[in-house]
Parts: sequence; C-alpha cells; structure tokens
Amino acid sequence: MRVMIVSLLAGLSMAGTALANGLAPLEPGEDMPGGTATHAKVINRDAFSHFSANMSFAKEMDFKVGNGFFRRLWVTAPSSTKAADGLGPLFNARACQNCHLKDGRGHVPADGEEGVSMFLRLSIPPQTEDQKSAIAQGRANIVPEPTYGGQLQNFAIAGHAAEGRMTIRYQEIPVALSGGEKASLRQPSYAISDLGYGPLHPQTLISPRVAPPMIGLGLLEAIAEESLIARADPEDKDGDGISGRAKMIWGQEEGKLMLGRFGWKGGNPTVKQQSADAFNGDIGLSNPLFPANSGDCTGAQKACLDAPHGGDDQYAGFEVPANVLDLVSFYSRNLAVPKRRDASDAQVLRGKQVFNQTGCASCHTPSHKTAQRADMPEQSDQLIWPYTDLLLHDLGDGLADNRPEGMASGSEWKTPPLWGIGLTQVVNGHTQLLHDGRARNTLEAILWHGGEAQTARDKVVSMPKADRAALIRFVNSL
Amino acid sequence: MKRFVMVAASAAVLLGAGQAGAAGVDKKAVLTTYADIAHAKYEDSLIAAKQLKVAIDALVAAPSAETLATAKAAWIAARVPYQQSEAFRFGNSAVDEWEGKVNAWPLDEGLIDYVNADTYGTESGENPLYTANIIAHPKLKVGGKNVNASKIDKKLLAKMHEAGGVEANVTTGYHAIEFMLWGQDTNGTGPGAGNRPASDFDTKSCTGGNCDRRAAYLVTATDLLVDDLKTMVDGWGAKGKIRAKLLKGKPDSGIATIVTGLGSLSYGELAGERMKLGLMLHDPEEEHDCFSDNTHNSHFYDAKGIQNIYLGKYTRTDGTEVKGPALADLVAAKDTALDGDMKAKLDATMTAMGVLVKTAEGGEAYDQMIGAGNSAGNAKVQAAIDALVAQTRSLEKAVAVLALGEVKFEGSDSLDNPSAIGK
Repeated sequence: MRVMIVSLLAGLSMAGTALANGLAPLEPGEDMPGGTATHAKVINRDAFSHFSANMSFAKEMDFKVGNGFFRRLWVTAPSSTKAADGLGPLFNARACQNCHLKDGRGHVPADGEEGVSMFLRLSIPPQTEDQKSAIAQGRANIVPEPTYGGQLQNFAIAGHAAEGRMTIRYQEIPVALSGGEKASLRQPSYAISDLGYGPLHPQTLISPRVAPPMIGLGLLEAIAEESLIARADPEDKDGDGISGRAKMIWGQEEGKLMLGRFGWKGGNPTVKQQSADAFNGDIGLSNPLFPANSGDCTGAQKACLDAPHGGDDQYAGFEVPANVLDLVSFYSRNLAVPKRRDASDAQVLRGKQVFNQTGCASCHTPSHKTAQRADMPEQSDQLIWPYTDLLLHDLGDGLADNRPEGMASGSEWKTPPLWGIGLTQVVNGHTQLLHDGRARNTLEAILWHGGEAQTARDKVVSMPKADRAALIRFVNSL
Repeated sequence: MKRFVMVAASAAVLLGAGQAGAAGVDKKAVLTTYADIAHAKYEDSLIAAKQLKVAIDALVAAPSAETLATAKAAWIAARVPYQQSEAFRFGNSAVDEWEGKVNAWPLDEGLIDYVNADTYGTESGENPLYTANIIAHPKLKVGGKNVNASKIDKKLLAKMHEAGGVEANVTTGYHAIEFMLWGQDTNGTGPGAGNRPASDFDTKSCTGGNCDRRAAYLVTATDLLVDDLKTMVDGWGAKGKIRAKLLKGKPDSGIATIVTGLGSLSYGELAGERMKLGLMLHDPEEEHDCFSDNTHNSHFYDAKGIQNIYLGKYTRTDGTEVKGPALADLVAAKDTALDGDMKAKLDATMTAMGVLVKTAEGGEAYDQMIGAGNSAGNAKVQAAIDALVAQTRSLEKAVAVLALGEVKFEGSDSLDNPSAIGK
C-alpha cells in the first residue's frame, strides 16, 4: 500500500503537480527520524523505552544497567545500601524515572496531587557586576534564590522541611479560528505556598518546567555545533522575522563555551552535564560534575547542609560516582526515536506542506546530519528528523516566564524537538505540551506561539479548516 | 554421470560427520522445534499456575501454616518452567508486549498491601501510589481521578498496573503473587525472606486488616496469571498466531529471532540488569525474586532455558522430552568447533549458576551473596555474570557464521529504497 502511494507521488512530482495539489513529497529517511538508531518496535506505552536499533549487542548491558540506575529509588543516607544512598536532603523525586515517566513527558499535577514531573526553577536577577559578567560570558545560567537555591524542592527526607508547594491557577482565554472553529487556552499563574524556610527574596523569578521526553537526546548531541550555529541569525539579517540565537554555556568537562542543547532554555550543553545537573538539583545527589553532596541546599539551610550524606570513600566521595553517571548518560543518549507510523499518508503529507509553507520549519528545522563521533557510534553520521534548530527564539509575552537563564532572555525558549510528540498519549496518557504543560493538545501549543512565531501562528488561525486539521495530523504523525 | 557420483560421495562424507546432513539443516525444522519448545514451556507454566491456583484456593479456604507453605511451594514450582520460557522474549514481539503484566519487577509493594514503614519508608510522595495500599482502600485516587476499588477483580488489577505511568506500580503477575504469599522482606542483606502469617488471609481471626480483600486480591491475581499464560499456550499452539508468524516469515529472520532472544536474555537482561546492577549496588532489593529468596533458581532456570533452546531439547515438568533440529545443528553444520565452544560455554554458565543454587540452598541467600563486604559471595555472582558474558561472545560468533547480520533490523521503505520515492 505504501509503495503504491509513494510511486503515485513520484509520478505527480515528475508531472510538476505535487505542489499544485499541495502534497509535500515523502523524503528519503523521514519515516526513520533517528536514522538507523530508529526503532520499529510495537507502538505501545513502552515506545520511548527501547535502545538505539543500531546499538551493538555488547552495549546492551550498559544500557540495561543504566536503565537500572535510571529507575533506581535513592534512599536517605546513611543506609546499608551505600551505593544508592544520599537522597536529598531536599528533592523533587527519588528516581529519574519518576519524573521522566516511561522515559516520556511529565505532566501538570492533578488537583490535590503533589507535583512530581513538573517543578519551579528559582533565581534572582544578578546583583553584582561579577554575577552579571558570569552570566553574560555564559559561565553561569542564573543567580540562585539566596535561601531556596535554583529550584523549589517540594520533598525532603525525614526530619527536614520541604521547601514549599507549587500552586497553579488557570484562566481560560477563548480563541476564534477560521471556519467557525473555536479553541480555548488556559493561562496559568503560579504561586508558592507552605514555604518551609521563610520568605522568598523580593525579586524572586520563577519558571515552571515539565520533564521533557528522553528520546533521541544522543542524536541531538551529535549534530555538529558549527552547523547549528551557522543557522543562527541573531540580528535577523535575512529579514524573515525569525532571529534564532545560539545559547552558549560553559561545558564543565570540556572547559569551554558550548551550545546549550538540553533543557527548555538550553541550560546544559551535553547529555552528561544535563544528567549530572538533574541528579544534583532534582534528587540531591553529588557527582563529579556537580559535587555538592547536599544538592541544591543553600547556606541559609544549615541543617540541610549538615545532614548525613551518601558520599562514600569507595565511590571517590560522590553519591553518584563517575561510572554510574556515565551509565545513565549512555542510557539517556540511546533511547531510540520510534519509526513514524503514517509518514506517507496523504493528509500527513498535506500537513507537511502546510507546516513548511506556514513557516513552522523556520525554527522547527526538519532534518540534520549528525557528525562523526568516535565516542558515539550509534549517533554518528545519521540523517535525523528532530524538527528543531536547537536555537533560542523569542516566543512573545504569552509564553514568557520572564526569568532569564544564561544568555536566554525571559521570553526566549530553545526550540524543542517534535519527534515522538504524537505518541505522548500512548506513552504518557495525556497530550499536555510546552514547558509547563499548559497546552492540552497540539493545536493549543501552536496557538500559544507569539513573538517570532506570531506570523506563523496567525496563519494557522486563519487558514482553511482542512489545512489546520492536516497540519495537526502531520505534527501528531511525528 | 561422473558429476552425480561426486555429489553422492560428498553427501556420504558429510552425513558421516554428523546429523546435519549434506543439504544442511532445514531452518524451518529448527523453527518448528523452537515453537514446540515454546508451547511446551508455556503449557508447563500454565499447568503449574493452575496447581498454584488450587493451592491458593485451599489457603484462602482454610488459612494455616501448612496451606500457606503448600501455596509457597507451588509458586516456587511454577517459576521453574516459566523462567525457562524467558528466552522467548526479546524478539517475538507478541511475547514482549505480553510479558510486562506477567513478570514485571521490581515493584513498590506498598501499592498493593501494608508495608513496614521503617524499612519501606513513606517518603516517596512523588510516586503518589507508593503506599496506596489497594487492599485497605476501596476508594483510590490516580492522577486526581477517583478509582472505585470496592470490588477487587481482574479489571481493577489490570487498570492499576503501571498506574500513573510509574513502572514500579506492579499489581499483577508472579511477583505480585509472590509478595502476597511471602510479604515484605524486611531483613536487608541479613538472612530471611518475607514472613507473612497465614492469618493475613483469615477472615475469622484476621491479622493485617482487610483479610477478605487480601484473599480476593491473591485469588484474582492468580486467575489473571492463568488467563495470561493461556494466551501464550494458544499463541504457540499448532494453530497459534505467534507460531504462524514465525514460520511464515523468512527462515533467516526466524533464526535471528531465536538468537536475539538468547543473546539479549544472557547479556543485557540477566547478566546486566538483574545481576551486575545488584552487585554494583550491593542492594537486597535488587533481587529478582526478593520476597521469596528464590532468585538463585530464577537465574538458574533463565540460563537453563537459554541452553535448552540452543540444544533443541527441553525436559518437561512431567519428564517427557521435546526435541528436534536446533540452532546447535545449524551452527555445527557451518563450524563444528564453534558449536563445541558454544556448548562448553553454556555448560560453564550452568556450573556457575549451580554454585549460586548450592550456596543458597546451603543457607546463604542471593541477596546475602551480593551484600557489601561479602567478597566470597560477590565473586560467585561475578563468576556467573562472566560466564553469561562469555557465552554471549560465542553466540555472536555463531551469528557471524550463520550470516544473519542483515536481518537484524526492520527496514524503512524510504531508507532502503530511496529511488522509489519522488523527491
């Protein structure tokens, strides 16, 4: 069946009519978004949990052991389990897997539920010249809130107070669309209740963050930095209304400025640094890149700093020693992107055409070629289809968190990849999107786009109903 | 005429060299043996699960130390054929899809029943169901939505499995039943398994509260296990869909499925996730059959299953044998020495696994063997890991001589044949 559609398209394209009937051609490899690392296994709730299909057999053990640490529940120190103690004292989760549910996307806590796969980042504006220059030079992302640190941990080990609770209120904003269709956007407002350590700094900035899906991270890491930076157009010299800025941040292991590829604002340059940061901030675990045994505790949280920790001599004093961090990083790099299910469907290809013509592809860059990386054979030399440029874009006031992070302003976000987006329902049982899960489906996510994406967003509002449906179908086919 | 003679002569030489035959081993016949063994293992598992059900019915009808001990013994016996079937995972997609509800592990047992807060902890508020205790709560909340748990039935257990997307929320399968029979193991790396009293199921003099619901849970989970195993028996039967899919495909692709299962279980799953991780952590919770302290058998029969699939010879629970042309014959036809090496490596693994069984039967359980500071115990477990790794290396050589490399991945129209696509 697929072959028939494909050859029909080939025929149309030769006759020069493919664009006239508005179908984009199926391009070589686009149904295998992760190149030969793509998995073609059954699509079910485990669809984000398979290893790179091109991974050698010899690496399966590292992947499985890495997965073991990823789902591992860390416990309070001291415990008989020296290799897995040192939780907290403050934490957002006891295991990686508890936020990255099914290696997929987190969600907004339901009414009465404690937030887990979503939390608040905290900071204050830089107060000194040193702080300002560290951020301007990409040596720091933020200045932590003096008492609570860089994020609000809503859990603590026994005997310690949790930092507080995130509360969310929503206000519905109706949006009228062409063809008599209607949508409604829920505008969130965030607050913190039950503060455990006294008042917040008066200038505190907060940014809500949902745990992003884990698939394809190694492939994103393997795209050559030069080729991504070459796409940046900070002054909008080409006048297309899209700037695109490279977020540069310090690579701790590499000892140089690198492109920030991971995190909603590009906070970290590598999978390893991102994992190490999450171990420290989210679970409260020291590791070679983030060596504080007490995690995100600040000087104002003395009992927290003084609590027993799990850094053991046999593990070089770390709670997460180098080999465990490497295993988890390897695991995180090799969660495979699923093969697309219906890339050659006529409505999908129509949607692809709409996606390209509307300007979505200006930032959601469809494909990249990864570099040759001796240390990452699974990710080397692949044609991949992540639909991101990994650059910062101003998305306007509606989406702004007004909390700058490194070189990213309060209204800039790093383009997130779209691969796997249509499987959120299958894997995670919901369709919440964007950095704080405010969008309840793909259409709402599109409608939230402003700033550089305002023109494209307005086209989606006014385009024929059938085109909008095709566009959404295409995005959900990824 | 001359040519005919030559062919006949060489055939005779090859026949003399072994059972493989001049024309090589029929790959379809190898696949048929494989499917026959699968059917036999799942049928043995089903029979054993039905016996487990009988024992559990007796326990619930008249809870006593004796009926509980009988039920535990039936569970241990039920693991013997099932663990030998695990090598059918990792390749047969129908088995992979099915397996999670039957053998999921590890599990946060607090979702199912009461636990000791001192050893289990209550602080995992971030798995909202960590201490949900289905047995004690006829009303539950999952993701902000109310779940009516007033009736403990198959539907409820299936619904709560992996609730909230947390993989440790296991409500069904062998390990849920294991927890129901043994209770939580609160001994750390010290001696002793779980120690649930039979009175936990006694509605007249109930301990632990909600004995009627606990009994209903145990019975329901066992019924579900029987149902699930029946699905596999049917799937591998003479007219089963899983067998048909395997036999109707390209023979090489079927052989690749066999090898993928043997290798993946040996290496990543058993040597890696189930053994190496626990040894690195020295953690009693990283024990596959942790409530019953039956992990040594669990590992032993996994390895046994790998060996008997390679050899194409499975001894059923009732002592009868299922055998036929096997992967071993295919490898031997290409490279007799390699087949010999593979068999020796499989034997070495069984010897190393035998040491674990013997040590456990001698009173030192698997979770003690992986304990910190137990260098002798650690070394025994490491030896079994090394043996599994070594047999996987030989298996990789076998894959090379069988020239199966190209069938490893499912293809893509657009990558395999870009010229067919209009650009």
